[in-house]
Amino acid sequence: MSNLVEITALVTFQLAQLLLVVLAAPLLTGWVSQCQCWLQNRSGAGVLQPYRVLHKLFVKDAVMAHNASWLFRVTPYIVFGCMWLAAAIIPILAVDLPFSRAADVIALVGVFGLARIFIALAAMDIGTSFGTMGARREMLVSFLAEPALLMVLFTASMISHSTQLPRIVDALAHHQFVLYPSLAFAALAFTMVLLAENARIPVDNPNTHLELTMIHEAMILEYSARHLALIEWASSLKLFAYFSIGIALFLPYGITEAGDWAGLPLAILWLCLKLMLAGAALALLETLIAKMRIFRVPEFLGTAFLLAVLGLLIHFLLKA
Amino acid sequence: MDVFSLLPIDIAGGVTLLWIVLGLCGLALQGQPQVICRVVFPVGAVFSLALAITGFWALSATANIAVLPLGLPDLPFHLRLDPLSGLFLILLGGASFGVSLFSSGYFKGMEGDVLGLLSLEYHVFLAGMTLVILADDAYMFMVAWETMALSSYFLVTTDHNIPDTRRAGFLYLLIAHVGAIAILLSFGVMQAGHGIGAYTFDAMRASHLSSSWASIAFLLALFGFGAKAGVLPMHVWLPEAHPAAPSPVSALMSGVMLKTAIYGILRVTFDLLDVQLWWWGVLALALGLITALFGVMFAAVQVDMKRLLAYSSIENIGLLLVGIGLTIIFHVYGKDALAALALTATLYHCLNHACFKSLLFVGTGSIMHATGERNMGRMGGLIKQMPWLAALMLVGVLAISGLPPLNGFVSEWLLLQAFLLSPGLPNSYIDMLVPVAAAVIALAAALAAYVMVKFFGVIFLGQPREAKLEHAHDAGLWERAGMVWLALACVVLGLAPVFVVQQIDPVSQMLLGSHLGNAAAGWMMLTPMDTERASYSPVYFLLAVLGVMLVTAWLVHHYYHGRLRRGPAWDCGFPAQNARMQDTAEGFGQPIRRIFDPFFKIESVLPTAFDAQPKYHALSEDRLWYLLYLPMKRLVEKLSGWASVLQHGHIHLYLTYTFVTLIVLLIFV
Repeated sequence: MSNLVEITALVTFQLAQLLLVVLAAPLLTGWVSQCQCWLQNRSGAGVLQPYRVLHKLFVKDAVMAHNASWLFRVTPYIVFGCMWLAAAIIPILAVDLPFSRAADVIALVGVFGLARIFIALAAMDIGTSFGTMGARREMLVSFLAEPALLMVLFTASMISHSTQLPRIVDALAHHQFVLYPSLAFAALAFTMVLLAENARIPVDNPNTHLELTMIHEAMILEYSARHLALIEWASSLKLFAYFSIGIALFLPYGITEAGDWAGLPLAILWLCLKLMLAGAALALLETLIAKMRIFRVPEFLGTAFLLAVLGLLIHFLLKA
Repeated sequence: MDVFSLLPIDIAGGVTLLWIVLGLCGLALQGQPQVICRVVFPVGAVFSLALAITGFWALSATANIAVLPLGLPDLPFHLRLDPLSGLFLILLGGASFGVSLFSSGYFKGMEGDVLGLLSLEYHVFLAGMTLVILADDAYMFMVAWETMALSSYFLVTTDHNIPDTRRAGFLYLLIAHVGAIAILLSFGVMQAGHGIGAYTFDAMRASHLSSSWASIAFLLALFGFGAKAGVLPMHVWLPEAHPAAPSPVSALMSGVMLKTAIYGILRVTFDLLDVQLWWWGVLALALGLITALFGVMFAAVQVDMKRLLAYSSIENIGLLLVGIGLTIIFHVYGKDALAALALTATLYHCLNHACFKSLLFVGTGSIMHATGERNMGRMGGLIKQMPWLAALMLVGVLAISGLPPLNGFVSEWLLLQAFLLSPGLPNSYIDMLVPVAAAVIALAAALAAYVMVKFFGVIFLGQPREAKLEHAHDAGLWERAGMVWLALACVVLGLAPVFVVQQIDPVSQMLLGSHLGNAAAGWMMLTPMDTERASYSPVYFLLAVLGVMLVTAWLVHHYYHGRLRRGPAWDCGFPAQNARMQDTAEGFGQPIRRIFDPFFKIESVLPTAFDAQPKYHALSEDRLWYLLYLPMKRLVEKLSGWASVLQHGHIHLYLTYTFVTLIVLLIFV
């Protein structure tokens, strides 16, 4: 009987996290925008603005190019599904969620890859100049960012002897407090990857449709209404997921264990605090630095990749 | 044991014989191309299936041996079917089943006499590969190896009236034979001068070589098999021969024949040689990494779709070699569980690559039939005209990009797990090297996705770049059937990793004395080491993604609406869109060319802004061709020039040479 109670608790936690993530993700995006507005002396539309935008987009009629294929139509759902799934794997509120066993950190990178390949293909589907340009640039960014992310995750896996995020968090948060120099390099690399993968300044600017500089926006130019809404929502989920990975790897204190009802309110409080801080930091970073030319992006991401590998090497050097 | 008292090896041998007979039937039926397509190739496909089932059977059975009353007087042909051979028979049978089905449709329009010959070569090629896998003595092995090489040479040069094809075929033949000599020498070293009876593999297994002789044998085998597999720097034949050959042949060569070379390396390293040294592993690992990165980099800048796939095959061979290198390192240092993990990843990737590369190669065949083009820059928008093909190719593209929940991801996952578990090796340098290697693997895998987006996007998506593409037709029924089989194999290998790993276990048990197993019970969750360490469940994964997608679609349509209008493309309001504004194949690869500039020999002519008739020309070539092959060619020419001093074509001069030789011999002997 206690077994059944335990399973119910686990499933409840999983579902609660799923719901929380999908509902809170636009709030995070709104918070980052609002912080940016404050930093730039603008009044801002409030943290709830993304919800209003999503609602508006869902209400509108979808318009699609004459030559759009089925791939173009299913991509928003695939991307949304992948990002939501990614958020389900990451221990955001609690470790030991039942679904996290189905996919470890390597699979997590795979999920992001799956979403990316579909969105890049959809961008090429209409056959416009901006669409293909966006797809090309997105793949350029990702082929350097993805291995860097993988190396960051490897460093954490080496420390915790596991590729499962719950185990990593367990090893880093719930055991004795140790400072890992390798993780410092990994954190720096991860921040750079986060900026690149989420289309933030200095790699890309989510608020612009400037022809020559856009990457992510170029890919989704042809989307409208509910399809666009899903993609925007998926982008929010992706930012949320990346923040959560960062928190899980570098600031894991406060994540509770699944089934621990008593720890839940505190876990939610910690999560909100950490996300608010991270969002404000992102807004500050975006306000302070300028966007770089696309040709500099490989250098930027190459640096991230090298830093991540360096982190891994330092882990071995210090251990030996 | 069984009702018919047939052993797996009898069936495998029988299938080989039947294939040759079938090929001869095809030759005899020259006048009726319809019959060849509708009967000969499908029957050959059924034999393939029988072979694959035999392979399954052999995995669980003990090794069975047969001695044929053929061959040399003191060395009859020995055959042996053990789990390692069994696994590669599954690979051969499974992949060739799909390719043969596809061929029944693909060769439909061919002329009878060409087709008759082709069906003979095709089935002899299959038989040759089977015998390579079954051979249990060096002589049998070399005979089978040469049969395979020659039949595939004739297959490559099917369109021999095109000069480029002849040139590609010659290059292939040349490198294949340089490799074959190295393999023969390797067998010679392992035979260790014990008389002709020692050329059986059993004798080689029993003999103990000193580590230096074993190293020589390993290096020769690595070189010889590497030449066949396309390991750097013997890779140059792949991008020439694959585009030249008819697509089903490219599929078999890339999907299956390259794996016979991997089979050879595994057979020699772990079965025939009884010692392994750690630096062999490092060498294989380093070669594999260079090959993988090189292959994928060049794939990204290709314009010809079959050349692109050929370079991608080079990349995959690199990954396989990395797996073999890791296996050797772990095995030498006594970490047998890890060695089993690395070997399982390698063999899994062999199966995967056979499926998705065959699928993609035969798919290019359908595209060529439909459009008459190999240049991706003249395609586009084919997803409209060829919906079946596009959907099936998408499966292959996602699989080869290593994305969950398909099969490419599983082997990549296993390989990365092996890398992650490497710490703790006694040699601290290797301990350091391994993470760097993992970084290169990750980079190559990410680049593979780039290549595949280019491949699929430029061919199937966007606007058609040529007017004639409007009339392209989808793949026929037989072609579709073959491709559905291969695509299904990709899905099944992706969704049932636990089952596949269980099938590979007997092989690693045989080669390494340890196997992987599955820590968690049940077939849903793949847990190679222990449940705390890592787990992956593609079925849950797929169900979750599909579930979320369906729920989302239902919610959106239920709470809002599903209204959709069609209109012209937006493109930031730019009205005059045409197909030439899309990225070309060169354009999509441009960032890679820019970033990895030093590796390419680039020759490009770009128009200026004021050209009335702009002409664009870009060629990215392999520096190794200029640094290694052309100097070698010049050297050979020079040497043969010196040798030709002796030759004047006058008979009396040659008689004088003979006379002088005789005198010299008489004096000395």
